[in-house]
Amino acid sequence: MSITEAVRIAFQGVVSNRLRSLLTMLGITIGVAAVIILVAVGNGSAVAVQQRIEALGTNVVAIQPGGFGFGRGSGGFQSSFTQLTMKDDKALQDPTAAPDIKSVTPVVNGSVTATFGAASYSPSQFVGTTPSYEEARKSPVEAGTFITPDEESTHARVVVLGTTVVSNLFGSEDPLGQTIKLNGIGFTVVGVQAPKGTNGIQDQDDIVIAPLTAAQDLITGVTTGLSQIIVEAKSSHQVNAAEAEATSILTPTHSSNGSANFRVLNQASLLQTTASTNHVFTVLLAAVAAISLLVGGIGVMNIMLVTVTERTREIGIRKAIGARRADILGQFLTEAALLSVFGGLLGVVAGLVGSRFKIVGVQPVVETYSVLLALAVGVAVGLFFGIYPANRAASLRPIEALRYE
Amino acid sequence: MLVLRGVSKSYGSGDIAVHALRDVDLSVERGDFVAIMGASGSGKSTLMNLVGCLDTPTTGRYLLDGIDVGGLDDFQLAYVRNRKIGFVFQSFNLIPRTSTLRNVELPLIYARVPKEERRERALAAIEAVGLADRTHFLPSELSGGQQQRAAIARAIVTEPAIVLADEPTGNLDTVSSHEVLQIFSRLNVAGRTIVMITHEAEIAEYAKRVVHLVDGRVDSDRRTTALAAMPPKFEPGDVSRSVTA
Repeated sequence: MSITEAVRIAFQGVVSNRLRSLLTMLGITIGVAAVIILVAVGNGSAVAVQQRIEALGTNVVAIQPGGFGFGRGSGGFQSSFTQLTMKDDKALQDPTAAPDIKSVTPVVNGSVTATFGAASYSPSQFVGTTPSYEEARKSPVEAGTFITPDEESTHARVVVLGTTVVSNLFGSEDPLGQTIKLNGIGFTVVGVQAPKGTNGIQDQDDIVIAPLTAAQDLITGVTTGLSQIIVEAKSSHQVNAAEAEATSILTPTHSSNGSANFRVLNQASLLQTTASTNHVFTVLLAAVAAISLLVGGIGVMNIMLVTVTERTREIGIRKAIGARRADILGQFLTEAALLSVFGGLLGVVAGLVGSRFKIVGVQPVVETYSVLLALAVGVAVGLFFGIYPANRAASLRPIEALRYE
Repeated sequence: MLVLRGVSKSYGSGDIAVHALRDVDLSVERGDFVAIMGASGSGKSTLMNLVGCLDTPTTGRYLLDGIDVGGLDDFQLAYVRNRKIGFVFQSFNLIPRTSTLRNVELPLIYARVPKEERRERALAAIEAVGLADRTHFLPSELSGGQQQRAAIARAIVTEPAIVLADEPTGNLDTVSSHEVLQIFSRLNVAGRTIVMITHEAEIAEYAKRVVHLVDGRVDSDRRTTALAAMPPKFEPGDVSRSVTA
């Protein structure tokens, strides 16, 4: 029997009981669609997290005072705790000792209360920094200008505000050129930072940025100590090299008992950790979907067994007029294959359509490999579960099959 | 054409064994029209299954068109059923939801006959049983007599050595029965060998030779019409018109 004849006969079998065939296909359809959509959701959330981390700047390494388990004790700061100072900042800006470092940005943090007219607001972040912050932290201004080197050196009382701060202090009013008071001291608003959204932990727009010098003047007690030094590498490949250079420059001056009492936070390694977490998440989702595919396959088997029983007499007739074992086997396997191929294709369509919508706040990103894999596995599962019923049909003895009512 | 020698068939074993056929000797020559008669339980269905290669004898030999069927495996039996035997069943046994043409083509599909030739031969067989105007009808749209004629077309389409009919008129009224038997007579005139199982004496009257089975043995074997002669109840003339009427 030729392939076209086998397909023709099998097709007739499929359409002769439309509702049942449709319900059987639905099992495979849901399985395939589930694999595609869930992998897309896992992938989409990975992409979203990656974008947020990249927005922080992936070429940067942040250096903070304090070591792991060393810097702090129950009685406050211990002697091993050292501050990072502008001296360290200068040391890092050494092109011979640190060829992979592009820029070094000192940062001081503090807490302030900002007032404008009757409005009062405490931003979650107050940052004193230098002009290179804009580039290193990927915090461009949307309106006005960022802090200039001039303002930095003259202790100018100017600020750049995040959009959350703007809306809390000014509402819909234009903040540029206005003077706000930080802890009672007047600062002129020179720029508004472009919205960055949340990084998953905090609102990055809830921020006030001032020149480092002015900020140190404002926050008493933090005259020399820096909260953080941001080191930007020349490219994403040079991040690890930049990290090593920074560590070797700072270790001689900042260590006690042979261990460094500062720590280095690398965005790239954070990104890697997140990526692997997301990978596990995606695999788990795919596993759940694969189970539904398996259930779909069992559905195919179930229906094929019913079909074989129901058509026992027909099988007897076919055998009596000369059908061989292989002919019958081929007919029922082709039928199972048709059901799973159609079901699978429907599943692909459903999966692709379903992936266009946001699911629990995640925009799914469809992976080509998941579509092909889901379809292939769907068809394979259908075929696999078709083998047993088809074999049962092919093994029927013709006289008994003919006698079956 | 068909030779059974010392054929026995029993089901089960030991004390509970049922001997459906005991030591049957029977030979059918080319061009014969044989009716096998017997009450129910006489073993005629078992004989039919053996002759039709649906089952193999417990002991004895069966030669069909020179082939010893006893030693064949499943694959070869399927081939013999396909090429050497044309079945006509009491309950027609057409494949449901499948047109007359597709039903008649089916044995040729299993014989791997190319499409064009298949269609040609199927149409010729349908024409021969006078169903040309029902070619694309489904079995459910045909009367009992028409369904049986479609089944006969399917049986003869492979030009088998023998046409094996099991109570072919059992589910038909007298008019349809007569039509079907006229087709058998005409096929016999055209040279086909026919073996027909029946329990009705008046049906057996259409055959040239009547074999009686009693308790699994051949009780009598009587030739009513010479092998070379026309079947006894054959009505010459334009048969196709009489059967399509």
